[in-house]
Amino acid sequence: MEFVWLIFLPILAAIIVPFLYKSVKNVHTGWFVLIVPVALFLYYIRFVKSVLNGEVHISELPWIPSYDISFTAYIDGLSILFSLLITGIGSLVVLYSIFYLDKKREKLNNFYVYLLMFMTAMLGIVQSDNVISLYLFWELTSISSFLLIGYWFTKDRSRFGALKSMMITVFGGLMMLGGFVLLSIMGDSYSIRELIANAPSFIDHNYFTLAIILILLGAFTKSAQFPFYIWLPDAMEAPTPVSAYLHSATMVKAGLYLVARFTPVFASSEVWIWLVTGIGLLTLFWGSFFAVKQTDLKAILAFSTVSQLGLIMSLFGASAVAYHVSGENAAIFKVAAFAGIFHLINHAMFKGSLFMVAGIVDHETGTRDIRKLGGLMSIMPISFTVAFIGSMSMAGLPPFGGFLSKELFLTSMLSLNQFDLFNFNTWGILFPVIAWIASVFTFVYSFYFVFKTFGGKRAHNAIPKEPKEAPIGMLLSPVILAITVVAIFFIPNMVAKAFVKPAVVAMQTGLYTNPSDVDIHVSAWHGWQPELQMTLGIIVVGLVLFATMSCWQKIYRVQPEKLSLNTLYNGMMTFSEKGMNRLSRLYMTGLLRSYLMYMFISIVAITIIALFMQDAFKVDFSSFAPVNAYGLMTAIILIISVIMVIVAKTRLAAIIALGGVGYSVALFFVIYKAPDLALTQLVIETVSVALFLLAFRYLPEVKRHGETKGIRVGNFLIAAAVGITVTLVALSAHSQKLIPSISQYYKDTVFTEAAGGNIVNVILVDYRGFDTLFEIAVLAIAAIGVYSMIKLRLSRKEKSDESE
Amino acid sequence: MKANDVILQTATKVVFFIIFLFSIHIFFAGHFAPGGGFVGGLLTTAAIVLLLLAFDLKTVQEALPFNFMIVVAVGLLLALGMAAGSFIFNVPFFTHTFGDFYLPLFGLTSLHTAMIFDAGVYLVVVGSTITMIQSIGGDS
Repeated sequence: MEFVWLIFLPILAAIIVPFLYKSVKNVHTGWFVLIVPVALFLYYIRFVKSVLNGEVHISELPWIPSYDISFTAYIDGLSILFSLLITGIGSLVVLYSIFYLDKKREKLNNFYVYLLMFMTAMLGIVQSDNVISLYLFWELTSISSFLLIGYWFTKDRSRFGALKSMMITVFGGLMMLGGFVLLSIMGDSYSIRELIANAPSFIDHNYFTLAIILILLGAFTKSAQFPFYIWLPDAMEAPTPVSAYLHSATMVKAGLYLVARFTPVFASSEVWIWLVTGIGLLTLFWGSFFAVKQTDLKAILAFSTVSQLGLIMSLFGASAVAYHVSGENAAIFKVAAFAGIFHLINHAMFKGSLFMVAGIVDHETGTRDIRKLGGLMSIMPISFTVAFIGSMSMAGLPPFGGFLSKELFLTSMLSLNQFDLFNFNTWGILFPVIAWIASVFTFVYSFYFVFKTFGGKRAHNAIPKEPKEAPIGMLLSPVILAITVVAIFFIPNMVAKAFVKPAVVAMQTGLYTNPSDVDIHVSAWHGWQPELQMTLGIIVVGLVLFATMSCWQKIYRVQPEKLSLNTLYNGMMTFSEKGMNRLSRLYMTGLLRSYLMYMFISIVAITIIALFMQDAFKVDFSSFAPVNAYGLMTAIILIISVIMVIVAKTRLAAIIALGGVGYSVALFFVIYKAPDLALTQLVIETVSVALFLLAFRYLPEVKRHGETKGIRVGNFLIAAAVGITVTLVALSAHSQKLIPSISQYYKDTVFTEAAGGNIVNVILVDYRGFDTLFEIAVLAIAAIGVYSMIKLRLSRKEKSDESE
Repeated sequence: MKANDVILQTATKVVFFIIFLFSIHIFFAGHFAPGGGFVGGLLTTAAIVLLLLAFDLKTVQEALPFNFMIVVAVGLLLALGMAAGSFIFNVPFFTHTFGDFYLPLFGLTSLHTAMIFDAGVYLVVVGSTITMIQSIGGDS
């Protein structure tokens, strides 16, 4: 079984979803969809055992072999972890959505098609070994995220949020593509494995830093890092299952995946370590600080997601330090990668459950505004319990999984100060300080989220619906996640052995050979260490801040709206829209004359430049045919007709004179023995004069007096230039043959190969049949164009007649 | 434009068929003598344009009750189908073939798949030009 096909299973299943939706009305479509992630989860879990022994699995599907582009599914510790998260959380989310989305009111066919499309895209990202197909799946996640955020497309905010996320993530994706291209040029391969292997050979390359920055732009936009995080809060307009799935558990982790995957390539770079760690830490602080400002439940969670992603990002950045240190001191720096992966798992669990609870609250009370909520503890005890577990894990308290990874996070931040390269021993002290402050705010917003919603008194009038506990089906998924959160605390080393260590090995290739080499033991109690003291500090200060929140929340109003990043984004959007509009207005004048001018001037310029650059201008009179009396007479007629066209006072006269030009050209063809051309030219001329006469009555009168002198001179110059250019080209083309003429070949083969006698026609239908095929296609398109333009105008006219 | 052009109309009735037959001849002659689908199509168009000038649009539409858009489509299909048909015989796109056949009435005749392609060209040319003329002329 080639498991690369399984990546495409969801999107193939998506094809039948609309049919199921239409034909099986009684059963919620979600039940059918649920089969897909569950089956995939069960399939992928079989890999865990072999992967934890250090094995990898590869399955390849050629796509464009001539460019060395393929779909390659590569399963190692990192990709199996993500694949399991995608399918596992995916199953829970689909289950949850069955109860969240009403089967009668919602367009479930759209929803599940998008969701399955996303699942394929996400699996593709984490399993692709080929950077080009990785990029393809990357953009597919942006597109499916766009569609899912805009799922309730009748709402303005949904469309705004969808567009915003798309603009930012696609921008990042394109930058990343640039980075991939640079990388593949330097490493001479599209395969990530080979790039990692070749990495030492190109670290001094000029493009190395540029590639880092471009790829990080992709990762940072996707993983909502500062300053690109602004799309994530607006993405909360999506249905809650989507927020839980895409915007907290999986898609936003694609950036983290990318950073983890490329760590072995870039770890040697100072820029990489500083950027990833620094931006990650800044995002951690920024997100946690502004989470407290929010009043919408999902907005709090969005900012908390931003902040937590920053935390993992900073750990991944710090993990690159391990590549620079060897010997006994190295062990302490190896904690970061472990902590990052471990926290990633924890975050997926607790944040998924929190989002689902936020959705339940929204669903059962009709509002997500935390100022209206309160006192739901007694009414929704199960939801409260889940929210409590999730929040406490997020705050980093025992006995929940988040506590363990938070401790490891503090350990690695503290260790950075001991790193004596890249100025870390001077600036490194900042890392634990910022981490501590951010953790305090994390503590505060976790409490804020759970206790302002469920604690306190109930405001009876504020809630639109009479609240009640959610149905059991809806609670099932968050409860499962909450149980996992608690379970991780008690069996951390089993989780580490099965998932974290293989992923660490995949992330830090070169440092380890086998998952069992990762020598880190997680324990809840590890002595009276600085980490524990910091945690205690966080709890004390956090509690004080939470209790006095109403006093200091005012400081958020200090920041004027004008200085926010959102204003910057909106300004940029309006600016680019208006600017582009103005730019195209600048040359799209709506005047046919301008367009013809652009065309003619460019033809002349390009041809003349090419002619002189290549030194191709040459006239050789010796090969010209002799001039005879017929030719002279025809030339005189031709010139007289041309002058008549120019001086004609009415269009009718001009058209007839133009016909004269055409007929005299046909005569030339007769004189110089080109009967085919002569015939065609004659008939064309006849038909086109008739056509002109037909269209003639729609044209306005010739208004020569309306033209200024400047325009007339300009017209004259352009016309003369075109005439001269064509003459020059014709003369030069006739006078020199760079390559031998093909006519002899035609003469030799026209009967033997094509069984014909008339070379011209055989060229048309046989030798150059392709050209003819496209020409008639163009002709047909032109006919359809004329037809539809005129019919459209007619129907509009009829409409306006009716309205009068 | 409705004058009573008796002479033009009477002459047209005869001349139309002469031009039309000539266009068919030109079309078939194409492979060995001057002519071909493109010129043939244009000549047919010219014949129809003559009809249009002598009579009015409506009369011509009644006399030739085709939808010329469909003529375009048939022509394109014929041309493309011929080119793609070579796939069936596992030869490259657009490979032509030919042979001599004994046909009743005509005697020994050289037949060529290029003719099918040329017929497509002919139909597209006639269809497109007449469609344009009809839509421009019919808009009043």
